[in-house]
Amino acid sequence: MSNPQPRIGVLRFPGACDDRDALWALAALDAEAVFVWHTETELPGLDAVVLPGGFSYGDYLRCGAIARFAPAMEAVAAFAGDGGLVLGICNGFQILCEAGLLPGVLRRNESLSFVCRDVPLLVERTDTPFTSRCTEGERLTVPVKHGEGCWFADDALYDELERNRQIVLRYAEPVNGSLNDVAGVVNEQGNVMGLMPHPEHAVDPLLGSADGALILSSLVEAAREHTLASI
Amino acid sequence: MRATVLVRPKHGILDPQGQAVSGSLQQLGFPVSDARVGRVIDLDLSDSDRDQARAQVERMCEQLLANPLIESYEIELAE
Repeated sequence: MSNPQPRIGVLRFPGACDDRDALWALAALDAEAVFVWHTETELPGLDAVVLPGGFSYGDYLRCGAIARFAPAMEAVAAFAGDGGLVLGICNGFQILCEAGLLPGVLRRNESLSFVCRDVPLLVERTDTPFTSRCTEGERLTVPVKHGEGCWFADDALYDELERNRQIVLRYAEPVNGSLNDVAGVVNEQGNVMGLMPHPEHAVDPLLGSADGALILSSLVEAAREHTLASI
Repeated sequence: MRATVLVRPKHGILDPQGQAVSGSLQQLGFPVSDARVGRVIDLDLSDSDRDQARAQVERMCEQLLANPLIESYEIELAE
């Protein structure tokens, strides 16, 4: 088999709403995408995991604070710990931050308003499994839709992230009050990424932009390499 | 035993909700220069030992009720 389809799991929490778009987008980009229910305690032989957007468990207390205790999240933490590829989109990003798998926290937008529109993004790094198909400094158009996307870290943490080059995406204009317009970050090892914009909603040019496909196809490609390595 | 947890945005952290509240109060004519909005969580505990209860609620705060990056918390215990 020369070009195997990587198997990518889309985690489903009660209250998720972008799970089907994520599944569709990954399949359109030539992955075998499968749902993983939040009560699962083991991940079924996956090459990558996507945590989709939505309002898991009603976003009670703080966004992502409850979902982080889902049984499947323990499996995701173990998977990430072994170097597995994990991408969190919007609520998925919030969950990964609450779980301590990504640095920082997502707070209420500075404007206190829900923001729902296409935004320009700047790619700061292309040497990650999530941005390898982009070029450095490339401007992407990808939609956001969130009320709590204002990313925050204290000075010490932010300096550390800059030093480690963990900021991968920034907004090219103010969107939600995020510290230094941060839109997406990776963990120190570079195998876990979270972003507030929705690449899965920007895969077909019919929807106004196909730039999200650059991010998701980077992930599919990296996952495919994992599949090939394990054959 | 009953415990009340007060969760506040940490000192120095921008609180847009508090700003909106203080702006509205000023519009109503109240002499408010600043407002900060937090959260109150009332807990009924089966523990009757004060120290044990406090230690337990502290763990709750650290693991779930507050996010230490942006929030501070205070615990009040009542019989």
